[in-house]
Amino acid sequence: MVNIILVSHVKEIAEGAKKLAEQMKQGDVEIIAVGGTPDGDIGTDPDAIETAVNEIYKEDGVIILADLGSAIMSVNMVLDWLEEEVREKVVLADAPFVEGAVVAAVEAGMGNKIEEILESIESADMIKKN
Amino acid sequence: MTEKSKEIINKVADVIIENKKYLTELDSAIGDGDHGINMSKGFNKVKEKLEAKDYESNKELIKTVAMTLISTVGGASGPLYGTAFLNISKIIPDADFDLDSLIEIGESAVAGIQKRGKAEQGEKTMLDTIIPAVNSLKESKENGDNIEEALKQCKAKAEEGMKATIDMQATKGRASYLGKRSIGHQDPGATSSYLIIKTVVDELY
Repeated sequence: MVNIILVSHVKEIAEGAKKLAEQMKQGDVEIIAVGGTPDGDIGTDPDAIETAVNEIYKEDGVIILADLGSAIMSVNMVLDWLEEEVREKVVLADAPFVEGAVVAAVEAGMGNKIEEILESIESADMIKKN
Repeated sequence: MTEKSKEIINKVADVIIENKKYLTELDSAIGDGDHGINMSKGFNKVKEKLEAKDYESNKELIKTVAMTLISTVGGASGPLYGTAFLNISKIIPDADFDLDSLIEIGESAVAGIQKRGKAEQGEKTMLDTIIPAVNSLKESKENGDNIEEALKQCKAKAEEGMKATIDMQATKGRASYLGKRSIGHQDPGATSSYLIIKTVVDELY
């Protein structure tokens, strides 16, 4: 089962997206919310992202969703630090944060493979509102 | 040389901390208004770290600067400057810097920032200060300038690059959301990069 990490500049956004995603999820999917700086400001904390990856990593893979600029950069930087074997199975999704989190949680719960989940959440349909 | 490098980094930290308000004001105009706060948070921690330990080599010293900025800055400048310093830490010599090593330091900083930020020159970012500064060092090498002249030119080109961001429209980072409204303001990242380059140059010669 694929696990999920949600990285936002704001702790409440990460936790809120996790709350919404967990409402829909089935099975043992684990979701970690990482938000804000260590001192509680708006921003990102690469060390917390690294800890989350180490905590949640499984061979089935981990999908990371991030909101803006420094969250994306921090995730990419942490991915560079991972061992090759782990790195291959941890993916920063090119997907909208909230919608991506919910659909990833649903599909991960159904036992879909990481490639299938990414295909869903990275599709243009994800951002259609009309 | 490591003692001298430590002095230079401490001076850079002081200058960034002194300019906390200025950098934050620039960032408030076109960004999220935290550049000065984030940078001074990072460099305050750098000062603490340097105070607490003696460093055997420039590599070890600069790596500490990199990892401290990455862990404490919180904004995009953390991964950007962090990766720049991390790249520098891999190649920085312990001997006195000659023009070749300064060029190599500059190029590895640019490579690190481009790896993280995926920006080019002209997008209203720190690269608009740093790339002209590095190019100036290369030109000086071609012209056979002595190091003093090369550094003087480098500082001037960095300042010119920083000021050129005023007329640019941001296409990277938070300021890009403003579109044309970003024109007319000096980029805070380009400004902190200038403050760093200026301080290093002033301390070296």
